[in-house]
Parts: sequence; structure tokens; C-alpha cells
Amino acid sequence: MRARTETAPEIAPETAPSWPEDIFTILQRFDVRQVPYVPDAGHSQLIDRVLGASSMRGIPLTTEEEGVALLAGAWAGGQRGVLLMQSSGVGNCVNMLSLTQIFRFPFLTLVTMRGEWGEFNPWQVPMGSNTQGVFELCGIKVLRASHPEEVREVVEAAAGQAYNACTPTAVLLSQRLIGAKVFTK
Amino acid sequence: MSKANLLDRRAVVASLLAERKETIVVGGLGASTYDIAAAGDHDRNFYLWGAMGGAVMIGLGIALAQPRLPVVVITGDGDMLMGMGSLATVGLQKPKNLTIVVLDNEVYGETGGQASHTAVSADLVGVARACGIADSRAIATMAEIEAYAQGVQDVASGPRFASIKIDSANLERVLSSRDGQFTVTRIRGALGFGPI
Repeated sequence: MRARTETAPEIAPETAPSWPEDIFTILQRFDVRQVPYVPDAGHSQLIDRVLGASSMRGIPLTTEEEGVALLAGAWAGGQRGVLLMQSSGVGNCVNMLSLTQIFRFPFLTLVTMRGEWGEFNPWQVPMGSNTQGVFELCGIKVLRASHPEEVREVVEAAAGQAYNACTPTAVLLSQRLIGAKVFTK
Repeated sequence: MSKANLLDRRAVVASLLAERKETIVVGGLGASTYDIAAAGDHDRNFYLWGAMGGAVMIGLGIALAQPRLPVVVITGDGDMLMGMGSLATVGLQKPKNLTIVVLDNEVYGETGGQASHTAVSADLVGVARACGIADSRAIATMAEIEAYAQGVQDVASGPRFASIKIDSANLERVLSSRDGQFTVTRIRGALGFGPI
């Protein structure tokens, strides 16, 4: 099990995982323009790439449900987007996820998981344990990536069905992939 | 219950949209959507019948996607209170083409007229300004509304926020389409985007 620190991007470039770059490349290829997010250490590398990209707009949110509504507006205005969040934020989105059925717009979210695989903090466990179930109750298809080498094909499949078939889709990026957060050395 | 000297919501919205040109209009759930429908159905109207707290963020998504078009969110105090964090998000993004208008009747009119926070303590203009929306103001007269409607067309000087205290009388509902796919497909079509 690998570890991550509170402020993630202390990882030296040569040891940084390549899967966030894989995700960024896929988002570029699908012409994703609006990237709302509530920060998570597991998404920090991808968020940095988004904020540095001229073709994308990274949009920090105060709560995750804002991102669902933003993406509905983006679609009405002719742009695609993706919502980046942590598993604890999925519960904040529940009513707003109705929009994916009301508008049948191409909704894609990439969720870094907490509350599993060696979790230290019990407060993360209830929502982390129910993240997939909450999405499925809300009519969102769920795919999961647990190993670095499968991230590319999972995110490609998710983006394909979200943007080509307007099938609302969440990708869970496992804590096993990201590494459990270390609170004590 | 009606109070003297408060503006009529239908007259306010009709005036705001009288010379709307290419403007895209997002209506918050409940009475705001009825007001927009009463001013005349339009293929650039985005009617909400739910998603409480989401009107401003939908407007922001459209405004960022279409920076050359004026985008106006017209919503109530209840929706705005629920989505207050979105004012901070707008304040950070500063979309120059976005205007947010709150029709503040100080009650939850759709559910029986229970008092909202703005009736006693919450100052939405102060919140919007403190969130970084420099042009945040209270509007109290129809003459100001007419001038404001012209300013909304300026897509280089937003974002703007206005709170308008309106009469809390419940007016006859003017029902827009409740079909979200129809509404969004129609807007996309008006902007030149086809179905998938």
C-alpha cells in the first residue's frame, strides 16, 4: 500500500504516478472544457494540469452539488465538463443528481475514494462505504479503477458512454490506487 | 399578505426582459419560473421546476460556455439562500456576462408563505458583495429596473447581483414546460448545437 501526504504534490516528478496524466489526456481528447472540483489530495495532480491548460477551466466549488448544476448549464451552453470530487462529496450531490435524468446531459464525475483500503479516519467510512450505492440509487452508472494500469481504459470507457451516449457515469478511483492518507508517521 | 411600496414581480420581470435580444434567462424553481413564463415563452428560457439552490450555478455554466451572450438568472430568496455558496463561486470566476437577480418576497411562497431569513436578518446584497461581486445592489423602483435591464446587455462589466424587494402576494401560476430535455434541447438548438 502506498501512502500519500496531506499536501500531495510533494511527489518528485520521476515518482509521480502516470494515471492522472492518462486521465488528463482523455479529458482533452473528449474536448472537456469545464472542470468543477472540490479539492482532494488524490486529484491534486490532475487539478494542477487542468488549471494549467488553456482549453480547460478549473472551477473551485464551495460544495459538490454546485458542480452538477454547473455541468447542466455548460451542456445547455454547448460545452462538456467533468466533476472532480472525493467520496464524501457524493452525498452532498444527491438531489442535484436529479438533473442527470431531467436533462439527460452527458454527466461524468471522477471520484477519489476514502473510507476503504486501510482508512485511518473513521469519519470517512460511512459515506465511503455507501458511495457506489448512492450513485446507483440516483441512476448513475458506476465504474471503478483500483490499479494504475487500468485507469486509462476505465476512464476512456466512462467518458465514451457519458459523452457519446449521455449515460451519466461515475468513476471511483479506489483508495488502493491512490494510497491511504497517512496521519501519523 | 401585501405591503405598500413593494414592486410587482410580474412587472419587474416583464421590464427586465422587454428588450432581452439574445439573452439566455434561467428561472429559479417556483414563482420565478412562472414570472419568466408570464413575460413570454422563449427558446432561450431555462425553466427550473426543482434543483433548489442550483439556479445560479446553471447560469454560471451557461455564462462560461457562452461568454459573448448575456445570461440572467432570475430567482427567489429561498433558492438563493440554499445556494449561497454559489455566490462565492461566481465571485471567484467573475463571468462578465452573468447577472443574478433575486426577487425577494421574504417568504417561501410556494409552500405556504413561511418567513425566509431575508425577512429578518440575511442581507443577500451584502453576501454577494462580500463574495467578490462588486456590482451588488438593491433595487427599489421600476425606473431603476429599466436602467438595469440595459446594463444587463453589457457582457463586459459583470458579474452583477441585484436584490429586488417584491410584493409577496401569490399570483396566478403561469406554467412553463416542465420537460427538462425539451428546454435544454431548445436552448442548445437556439445556440446552434444539435442533439447527440
